Amino acid sequence: MPSNAAGAAFAGVAPEPGVPKPDPVLVVDGLHKAFGGVVAVDVEHLECQRSAITALIGPNGAGKTTMFNLVTDFERADRGRWSFDGRSLEGMLAYEVPRTGLMRTFQLTKALARMPVLDNMKLAAPDQRGERLRDCLLRPRWAAQERAVEKRALGLLERFNLDQMRAEYAGTLSGGQRKLLEMARALMAEPRMLLLDEPTAGVNPALVHSILDHVRELRADGMTILFVEHDMDVVMGISDWVVCMSEGAVIAEGPPASIAENDSVIDAYLGTSRIEAVDVEGPG
Amino acid sequence: MAIGPLAAAYALAGVGLNLQFGYTGLLNFGHVAFMLAGAYGTAITVNEGGPLWLGLLVGVAAAVVLGLIFGLPTLRLRADYLAIVTIAAAEVLRIVVAGPGEDSLTGGVFGIQRFADGFFDLNPFPTGDYGIGRVSFTARGMWVLTAAWLLVAVFTVVVALLTRSPWGRVVRAIREDEDAARSLGKNVFAVKLQSLVIGGSVGALAGMILAFDRQSVRPGFFLPVITFAVYTIVILGGPASRMGPIVGAIVYWFVIQFTEGFTREAIGAGWIPESILGPEDVGAIRFALVGLGLMLLMIFRPQGVLGKRQEVLIDAQ
Repeated sequence: MPSNAAGAAFAGVAPEPGVPKPDPVLVVDGLHKAFGGVVAVDVEHLECQRSAITALIGPNGAGKTTMFNLVTDFERADRGRWSFDGRSLEGMLAYEVPRTGLMRTFQLTKALARMPVLDNMKLAAPDQRGERLRDCLLRPRWAAQERAVEKRALGLLERFNLDQMRAEYAGTLSGGQRKLLEMARALMAEPRMLLLDEPTAGVNPALVHSILDHVRELRADGMTILFVEHDMDVVMGISDWVVCMSEGAVIAEGPPASIAENDSVIDAYLGTSRIEAVDVEGPG
Repeated sequence: MAIGPLAAAYALAGVGLNLQFGYTGLLNFGHVAFMLAGAYGTAITVNEGGPLWLGLLVGVAAAVVLGLIFGLPTLRLRADYLAIVTIAAAEVLRIVVAGPGEDSLTGGVFGIQRFADGFFDLNPFPTGDYGIGRVSFTARGMWVLTAAWLLVAVFTVVVALLTRSPWGRVVRAIREDEDAARSLGKNVFAVKLQSLVIGGSVGALAGMILAFDRQSVRPGFFLPVITFAVYTIVILGGPASRMGPIVGAIVYWFVIQFTEGFTREAIGAGWIPESILGPEDVGAIRFALVGLGLMLLMIFRPQGVLGKRQEVLIDAQ
């Protein structure tokens, strides 16, 4: 149960799909995406509360990852409006979204395998002069910034217990370390909101705790987090608010405790509604 | 000649391709088109009465335009599309310059001669033979050789500086995973285009070296096989290694020269019966031997001569 400031922010919020939040930072409206005849995402309205941890749950194929892809413009939505911190993200190119402060990670970690861990980190720093072609050959123009970037990268690596790996190729890291690296790397870009796609999938339990501790710390620093997760213990343990998707739509949202007892959530996971539907229709 | 103008030109082409393929991961299968653009750009300009410096400029500009034509429609798509477009476009370009008649701008299949005088006027070497033992060059040969290796040195340094900068970090990230680079706010498309155009321009300079060395350009010089010879060189030397293309080019030409000489002498001395291999087969057999060498290299040293073994091992995971 959330017993903190972030949890308290949800005090007056009704546990129903599409409910407005007191201080929403990510707002999605009428988001729709179909692949051929299959509707992958059809979200009427969804708001994410600032500086809170929101979990996005739902059975496989519910459209969680697709929604991440749509919101971050990695895929083009059929229709809909969505904005981050009051700024519309529709029609942006995928590389422009992180520059607004909305960072995402991937379900299958994208560690840049044949680059050292430290380079993975330094890459993510925003507004690097040395990345511009006209400046990159003139070392004095970016050397100072590069030193500052490296200092920050080393600090983050230390925080995520990866500093002893800094010179290794990212491809040599374990699955859990890659998840940590991806999270640390995302932080290099100084985001205000993180979209984490299954941050604990395939990670050993000890590292799961470490990852969750980091997520809590981030919330304490004021970061907004929306994360996809299948492990219900993780969801119940860490989130302030839970959103459940099924077949592309948001079917329920509320505090973790209310979600665990929500009938439509249980139906979505266990598929009882279909059995009931057959029963009802059977005799008629 | 393993260090001759030809090796230098291929090394230079390799430096350009190494930036595109080795560092950025772009599958440019039409590198020879950049060489053609450079060679013809220069030859046509000088042939039409322009000065040499303008010819060089036009040659590079032609490669830049070609890079944009290749890149703009394809670089937003998956990597394979660039490969398809470049391999086809390179051949189209070659056929187009071969198309018109002898009196046209490109000289058709006969190509263009007499454009290299301006280049050789700059020759600082006095007439005579230069060399050690059996290896010797004319003064003209020395000049092409020197200019070519100088260019190789300059652009090896330029590419080294580029790839060691934060820009180079983005380039490597694109090779590893475009989506990751995008998710970190990098303009992947623009950087890929920059890499393609820079690498192509270096390829254009290599084409000019070939043109000056032969003092003529003809469509027949720019067959698709050249692209794959340059790939062989880059892979031999080790993709994404700074000195790789130089080592690759020298090894490549050494193997070709050596196998040719060796096979000829072996046939001459009767070690290989004429019924199996005649002197006319030597040209083909040397490429087969280069292929065999490349296969052995890939099996026993997949990272190339200078590449990093660990990078290859990670790749295999």
